[in-house]
Parts: sequence; structure tokens; C-alpha cells
Amino acid sequence: MPEIFGIPSAALFGQLLIGLINGSFYALLSLGLAVIFGLLNIINFTHGAQYMLGAFCAYFLLNRLGVGYWWALLAVPLLVGAFGVLIERTMLKPLYKLDHLYGLLLTFGLALVIQGLFRNQFGSSGLPYPIAKELTGGRNLGFMFLPNYRAWVILASLVVCVATWFVIERTKLGSYLRAATENPALVQAFGINVPRMITLTYGFGVALAALAGVMAAPIYQVSPQMGADLIIVVFAVVVIGGMGSIMGSIVTGFGLGIIEGLTKVFYPEASNTVIFIIMAIVLLIKPAGLFGTQR
Amino acid sequence: MSAVGKLSAALGLAFAAMGAPMVANAQVSDGVIKIGVLSDMSSLYADIGGPGSVAAARMAVEDYGAAKKGLKVEIVSADHQNKPDVGSAIARQWYDVDKVDVIVDVPTSSVALAVNQVTRDKGKAFLVSGAASSDLTGKACSPNTVHWTYDTWMLANGTGSAIVKSGGNTWFFITADYAFGHALERDTEQVVLKNGGKVLGKVRHPLNAQDFSSFLLQAQSSKAKIIGLANAGGDTINSIKQAAEFGIVERGQNLAGMLVFISDVHGLGLTTAQGLIFTESFYWDLNDQTRAFAKRFAPQNNNKYPTMVQAGVYSAVLHYLKAVEAAKTDDGTKVVAKMKELPTDDPLFGKGTIRADGRKLHPAYLVEVKKPVESKGPYDYYKVRGQIPADQAFRPEKEGGCSLVK
Repeated sequence: MPEIFGIPSAALFGQLLIGLINGSFYALLSLGLAVIFGLLNIINFTHGAQYMLGAFCAYFLLNRLGVGYWWALLAVPLLVGAFGVLIERTMLKPLYKLDHLYGLLLTFGLALVIQGLFRNQFGSSGLPYPIAKELTGGRNLGFMFLPNYRAWVILASLVVCVATWFVIERTKLGSYLRAATENPALVQAFGINVPRMITLTYGFGVALAALAGVMAAPIYQVSPQMGADLIIVVFAVVVIGGMGSIMGSIVTGFGLGIIEGLTKVFYPEASNTVIFIIMAIVLLIKPAGLFGTQR
Repeated sequence: MSAVGKLSAALGLAFAAMGAPMVANAQVSDGVIKIGVLSDMSSLYADIGGPGSVAAARMAVEDYGAAKKGLKVEIVSADHQNKPDVGSAIARQWYDVDKVDVIVDVPTSSVALAVNQVTRDKGKAFLVSGAASSDLTGKACSPNTVHWTYDTWMLANGTGSAIVKSGGNTWFFITADYAFGHALERDTEQVVLKNGGKVLGKVRHPLNAQDFSSFLLQAQSSKAKIIGLANAGGDTINSIKQAAEFGIVERGQNLAGMLVFISDVHGLGLTTAQGLIFTESFYWDLNDQTRAFAKRFAPQNNNKYPTMVQAGVYSAVLHYLKAVEAAKTDDGTKVVAKMKELPTDDPLFGKGTIRADGRKLHPAYLVEVKKPVESKGPYDYYKVRGQIPADQAFRPEKEGGCSLVK
């Protein structure tokens, strides 16, 4: 078997693919964060908890109401997004005029409260969520066995990421959004309801987190901690990509997933730290992030 | 990440009944026996010990009848966040400032090894239930520590030899990269080699990793018959769950969960967990006494049944209080010596003894997870396949390298 750096090339391809799968979660989550930060200037630390809420929501829909995976993909982002809207209206709104730090502290506190409540109720071991019937099984690619569900995750996440980028960067609605962040007063003067647009943007970012949560539920345990473990990495992804850069968060999300995957082959002990090492290097060389622009 | 959550669950069982003799009070420093339950209260091991261990300790104090005997016993608890520095800082604070006499539970071997040293320096007492490393009664053994429930040698010996004997003779390890994982991997490897098996490879993952597919893929390409999971709690759950997704078992390899708790099986669900074979030292459905305990315990722990770690906390605290009464002091070193001298006897682990190296001896059970159709009620998860007698379940005293053994 041909080898690359002492690793059979077949195994390496497998690891690259797995990196890509993890990267799709990073991309999806960091995308939501980037949208929220880019347009609201809020560092949304509740993102991990909202991702967890998405997974729990899917679990409840299935076990209490018998609503399956496909409907959950649609319903959960709406439900959790609505919850996000509620948070924005009642708590975040008064903070826009203040320093970033206040939004960060509030959302961080909220995340702790939500996670604590769920842990109290459901413990830390988590709950099982089955893979949808249509996506069970997998196919042999020759170099690895790829579960159908993982293939679906890559595909779905790519579609969502590209669609989001398109809406924000290439449509009229997106241009309103971007304009409103530059100069809300002027945009309002043109007759556009800026506060409502901002609220809906936050709701959308939260819905993205919830969507990632539903997609993660069958792979990982549905557990109160699932978001807390991930959010730190996702923040690093956003920082590396450039705070608020949509394309940056997508590309870095997938890219770092791959780098992390390779680390798990060559030096698995460092797989938790490699992203932060990259973050430190990027911050030293390009403080605004790979795709960011200095404001 | 979370702030040091000091869940101060102080319990005042303070009242000496009228006329009851004030036996031990005179010898107990500051008049109170203070038990500190130090555990993972918020992360991947919280369901194994955590708040359930606090509940178990409280039940032990009640069942001992401390109040009737005129003993004042208080329980405090804290979250060590699986970090050795946090754990030893809390231990120091408890011993020096809060007048805690004994620390119990402490899952996460790296934290337990740190607390082990602090306890020895301060001359207090340490009852380990949650931590697994057999080093606690080996090269790190201490006259102030009793290792109660289980250890890595017991798991390796029980599960490892059963699997090798049934034909699983080539192994690949997926190991949690800290003291516990290393000890479990080492002890299991010895058993595998001793029984004529081979270890084809190993990979070490950071504690609390989410995604195991990469490690599982490496295990898959090793072509080993058995993939040994030398990890615990949430890590084991995710490994097993993702192994099912990647069709590891369908493609001819088998998983050996070296340390699986009933809370993990509950989290996985029987559909995924069925057929797993592993070793436990306690199961709630062993006999009438264990069943009665579980029925009392569950309502106090969010209807979750006791793990062996929580059961171990109960019986360790019970025996500790008996030893305090017999030794007429709460001096840590003296009480632990008395604990080793007295035979143990409690409803959960039966009769047993504690060796000079601090190892508590009792039988271990090789269990198999039931199929979903075989399970009749809540937490009816195990078939007990065999019992390993107390004198064979643990590492022989001489092999541990403990300096207390002459």
C-alpha cells in the first residue's frame, strides 16, 4: 500500500474525509456566530447552548410527540430561532449601545444558566437519538466505510453555508443588512425597519445553531454539555477566519476540521490544542483574521 | 470553564436525642465530623459520581444513625472540574480552613492522585470511589487512603481475560490521555499478553473528546479483533455510539468497554449497548438489599439508579463512621488504620476487608448488557455472567509495589 509520511494513503484519505465532516459542524456553527457578530456586533456566547437546545428539541419532538428527524430539521430551527428572537428583544437590545463586553458577559451567563438547568434535569450522560431510517447504513469507498449519515451532514452543511453566503453577499436583502450595520440611521431613513431586521438576523443565527444541533444529535449524545465543549473551538474558528467574515468562517471551519483530523493521525494528543496554536499564530501575523478587514 | 461551583450541601444531623450518651464527641476535633464529597459535578463524569455521590453519602450518615449516637456529621461538596489543580486547591482549603476530616469519591484519577498526596501531607483521610488508577494502592499508596470500589487492575483482569479466553486475542487500544487511561491500558495490556494475546496498536485521545471517528478508523485499519476502550463516561458513550455508526461490529471487530457504568448504558440505550461485556463491582439488582437501596436512592437522584461509584461512596462512608466510633477519634491516619483493622460489612458489598495497601476487597461481577426485549423494567440492564471472588478480583498485594506492604 502506498504511504504518505508513514501513514497508508488509504487511511489518510479516510482521515481527511472525517476532518471534513467535523469541519462542517464548525462551519455551520461559526457561520451563525459570524452572521450575528457581523451584523449585530454581539459576541454570542449562548451559541453553544442554542446548539444544545436544538439537539434537545429534536429529542423531545421525537420522544414526546413522535415527530421524526426530517420534520425536526425544519421545526427545530424555527422554535429555537423564536427563542432567540425573544432573547434579543428582551435582553440584548438594550446592550447595543454599550461595549462588546456586556453582550459577551450576558450571553455567557445565559449559556451557563441554560446548560445548568438541563444538566440538573437530564444529567451528564446524555440521551440517545437514532439516525433517520433513510440515512442508516453506509457505503464502502474503498479507503474507508462512510456512513450515509455523515455524507449527508457534509452535503447539507455545504448547501446551508453557501446559501447563507449568497443571501448576505449577493442579494438585495443582504445588501440592506450590510448597509444597516454600517449606518443604521441612514438605512432607516430609507424606510427600512432596521430593529426588526436585526432581531430577525439574530433569530436566523440562532436557527443555524439549532440546525447544527439537530444534525449532531444522531452522531453525538444529546447532552447538556455538548455545546460547551464545542463553542470554544468554534470561537477559535471565527477568530481565525476573521470576526464577522461570512466566507472566512465557512472556509476556516472546513479547513480547521481537516487540520484537526490530520493531527489525530500524526499526533493525536495535540488534537485538542492544534486549533488554538493556529489561532495564536494567525493573531500574531494577521490580527484581523485570515479573511477579516481591520475596522 | 464554569466558575468553581461550590454546591454547599451542608447537612445538619445535629441533634443528640435526650438522654443519648455523648460517646464520641469528646474525641472528635471541633465536635463535628465533616465529610467532603469532591466530584465531577458538571462534566462527563457527573452521572457516575457527582450529585448522586452526595446523596449516597447522606444516606450512609442517616443509616449509620449518627444523630442517635450523638455524633455530629456534616457533608459538604464541590466540583473539581476534572482538573488536578482545582481538586488539590479545594482539598487544601477544606482541610486547612473548613475543617473537613475526610474526602470521598473523586472520580478522575489525575485529580485523585493529587488529593491522595494532599491528604497524606495533612494527615487526613481519603476514601476513593470514583477514581480507577490502580496506582492508588500501588506506587502511590498512602496510609491515609482507602481505595474502595474498583480499580484498573480489577477491570483489566475481569474483562480482559474473559475476552482473550473467548478468542479475542488481538487488541487495539483507544485510550484517554491521562493517568486513568494510561493505567487502564497498561493493566489490560498485561492481561492480554499474559493470556497469549497481542496488542497491535494504540491511540491516545484528549479527555472529553467529542468525535471518535478518526480514532475508530485507525482502530479499524489495525485489523485487531478487539478494540479496547480505555476511557470512561461521556468518552466511552461517544466511542460506542460512533463505532455503531461506522459499522465496526458488523465488519467483524468487537468492542471491549474496559470501564462502563450503568449510567453509560442508560445514556446509550440498550439498542446500541446490547451485548457489551464488562466488569462491575456492584449492580443494583444483585439481591434484596441492593434492590432496597436502589429503590431508596433513585428518588433522591432524579430517578437515576446508583452506579457502582455511588454505591461505593455509601459503603465507604458507613465503614468510615464505624471506624471513627471504634477508634474514638477523627484523626485521619488513626481512622484509616482502624478501617483496615475492622472487617467491613454493609448491605451493598457484603462482608469484606481492607488490605494494608488500602485496597478494599470484595467480589467483582462480569456482566453482559441485555437485549432490549430482555429488559423488564427501569434500569434492568445486566445479565450477571460470572462472579470473581474477592481474593482473585484485585491485584495481589505483593505485585503493586506499595511501600506499606512488608
